[in-house]
Amino acid sequence: MLKRYGGQTVLFTKPVGIMAAASVVGPKEGEGPLGTQFDRVEKDPMFGAESWEKAESEFVKTAADVAVKKSGAVMDDFEYIIAGDLLNQSTGSIFGLRDTKRPYLGIFGACSAMGEGMSLGAMLVDGGFASKVLCLASSHFCSAEKQFRFPLEFGAQRPQTSTWTVTGAAAVALGSIASGPAVMGCTTGKMVDMGVKDAHNMGAAMAGAAADTIAAHFVDTGRSPDYYDAIITGDLGYVGQELLLQLMKKKGHDITHKHRDCGIEIFDKDTQDTHSGGSGCACSGVVFAAHFLEKIKRGDINKVLFVPTGALMSPTSVQQGESIPGIAHGVVIENV
Amino acid sequence: MNVSKKEYEVMVKKASPNSRLAANCARAFVVGGAICAFGQMLYAIFGALGASRDMQGMLVAVTLIFLAALVTGLGKYDDLVKFAGAGASVPITGFANAVAAPAIEFKKEGYIMGVGAKMFLIAGPVIVYGTLASMVVGLIYYFVR
Repeated sequence: MLKRYGGQTVLFTKPVGIMAAASVVGPKEGEGPLGTQFDRVEKDPMFGAESWEKAESEFVKTAADVAVKKSGAVMDDFEYIIAGDLLNQSTGSIFGLRDTKRPYLGIFGACSAMGEGMSLGAMLVDGGFASKVLCLASSHFCSAEKQFRFPLEFGAQRPQTSTWTVTGAAAVALGSIASGPAVMGCTTGKMVDMGVKDAHNMGAAMAGAAADTIAAHFVDTGRSPDYYDAIITGDLGYVGQELLLQLMKKKGHDITHKHRDCGIEIFDKDTQDTHSGGSGCACSGVVFAAHFLEKIKRGDINKVLFVPTGALMSPTSVQQGESIPGIAHGVVIENV
Repeated sequence: MNVSKKEYEVMVKKASPNSRLAANCARAFVVGGAICAFGQMLYAIFGALGASRDMQGMLVAVTLIFLAALVTGLGKYDDLVKFAGAGASVPITGFANAVAAPAIEFKKEGYIMGVGAKMFLIAGPVIVYGTLASMVVGLIYYFVR
């Protein structure tokens, strides 16, 4: 039986269980509103390493270890590891997972990596190609600043529309479970280019993609926003959220009361000076793992459309005058 | 997508908060002025210590550059610019920060391809076009004089 629905969606016949999830974050995230909910708050942003890139890899390694331990399995049980980050040639993921000795699939979807990884991982499990898959996403404020903007100590004012890259890593272990949260399907996003060229306004660049994926999900499945207890985007921030809600209304869906954004949840913009919110691959990952997944486990919310968002750009593409295409991958998570 | 790029541009503009122009200008004025006043104070001190006029200017520049590089190394200059904006990045101290910051950041990639190659990542364009501009001004001066 074909599990495909419409143009972009697959729904699984058997739920793919979320065995465990881990969130490891840096000090600033630890001081945020969700500070007590993370598995581990590392006080040293360098994580005892010699460079920001090596530090990011330490976050990845730690998140993988914590998730595997929480799942009750061992690393050798996982048939695939799927990981993504923002650094050139996936530096964060590769050197964090180098010693795992497991089949590795590196992905790039900018900050949508968690959604892309969970989609692919769930399809591998549902397809019978694996019984356990570990999905990871990471980012680091300092390594991202170094690669995409300026050296850390260089003085510059950040515009009010800019977001703050989350330092941390998240890992989600997919497999079989008796009961609890499970991945029920996914809607793979298309690249949507709204013509935004401002790399300091990534919420605006990604809102179109988020709206496109969420609307496609409703068309493909015949569902409406009422089906879900929450529709959770990755890192649109305050600017992106406002635009998403407007775009969704134009498409005939009011998701105002269902919408949450991980980038808004992770920092307190009034006291933490993060402007439009948090961003980075780790943003959606750690907020989902530490906050929303726990809410689902407790039964506070039962049906969730998790939509990590990414801005597909590089410093080179921006300097060459390219606009920034956005991408958003929807993952359906329900209590079973 | 039923929203055109033009329409979306208008939506984005409306949804995006502006920088706090008045507050930023006021802070830039105060901090930039304070750095310049401090430079003037150094100028007077070096003068009182017996430095010649040429020497005075050079000593002020060297002292300000040293202090800015030191503060950059201590991780505080970026905080100052965040507060004061152009008030802290336009004076010579900002230039020192623009050289010291990449030197610190790229030290991990070694002294040749890291510090050596990347040190002028930000200040490079200022030097290139500063030199070019001075040549143009020099030529104009030569003919117009």
